[in-house]
Amino acid sequence: MNFQFDSLDAFLIMNGHGVYVWACYIITFSVLTFLVVSPMLQRKSFLKQQKKNSLLQKNVQ
Amino acid sequence: MNWQWFHRLGSPRWFYEKTQAWLPWLSIITLALLLVGGIWGLGFAPTDAKQGNSYRIIYIHVPSAFLALAGYYIMAISGAIGLIWKMKLPFMVMKAAAPIGAALTFLALITGAIWGKPTWGTWWVWDARITSMLILFFLYLGVIALQQAFQNRDTADKASAILALVGTVNIPIIYKSVDWWFTLHQPATIKFIGKSTIHISMLYPLFIMLVGFYCFYTLVLLLHTRVEILRRESRTQWVNDLAAGKQGSK
Repeated sequence: MNFQFDSLDAFLIMNGHGVYVWACYIITFSVLTFLVVSPMLQRKSFLKQQKKNSLLQKNVQ
Repeated sequence: MNWQWFHRLGSPRWFYEKTQAWLPWLSIITLALLLVGGIWGLGFAPTDAKQGNSYRIIYIHVPSAFLALAGYYIMAISGAIGLIWKMKLPFMVMKAAAPIGAALTFLALITGAIWGKPTWGTWWVWDARITSMLILFFLYLGVIALQQAFQNRDTADKASAILALVGTVNIPIIYKSVDWWFTLHQPATIKFIGKSTIHISMLYPLFIMLVGFYCFYTLVLLLHTRVEILRRESRTQWVNDLAAGKQGSK
């Protein structure tokens, strides 16, 4: 199994198909990252809010 | 027969606590598979004789499309379980599966369009495979919209579960579309019965990416479901304790 390209330039250009291939990989990478990060952020902000709410409730009591 | 495991499976708290330990392992495995498969597919798999390098898009296009379909099953089956056994957790899984499925369907469509340009000479054709995938995308969006359309949680869950179930009609159409209609889209190259029409050196990285995407899907579905569990159980003691105790640690 060998690296299929002679240079980094050839790897990026891919005989003219590079634009399409790299665009796909970048879009996919962004979407997948978003799918992982968004629930993590939501969880964080939920826990924060929840803590705030319970503190408020305690103060009222 | 002992059905205790089944009822425990319906407990959001049990699920939340149980899955905690899986997350790091699943993340590591997913990352490793996607990295290896991606680099192999991009740089080391041989160039296709007919399509040149543009075929390298297959390593993300096919796994996205696979998971877009598998994700629909998961969403519809969860909805069905929720309707039949009136359990809470399956509805949460169903709700979590909708945006993930929509994102993966979007990926399959957009990478397909970008692949189509150098290969077919066009970004888009209204043929059977592509149109049925677009319908899948709208079905996912429909479930997301229905979830938000009702004030009442139960009504929203039931309505979207029914939409998800009705939409399963579309799934066999997507699978069979390349055989039933004349289309630009190439027929399936990986066959479980019979000989695959893809060379083994191209198949290895594709297989790694497929497994990687399945792991990724599991991971993301867990993450989204866990947030949904917290939201819906926000009035319970255990969620309060969790918020009070673990704040800042993660």
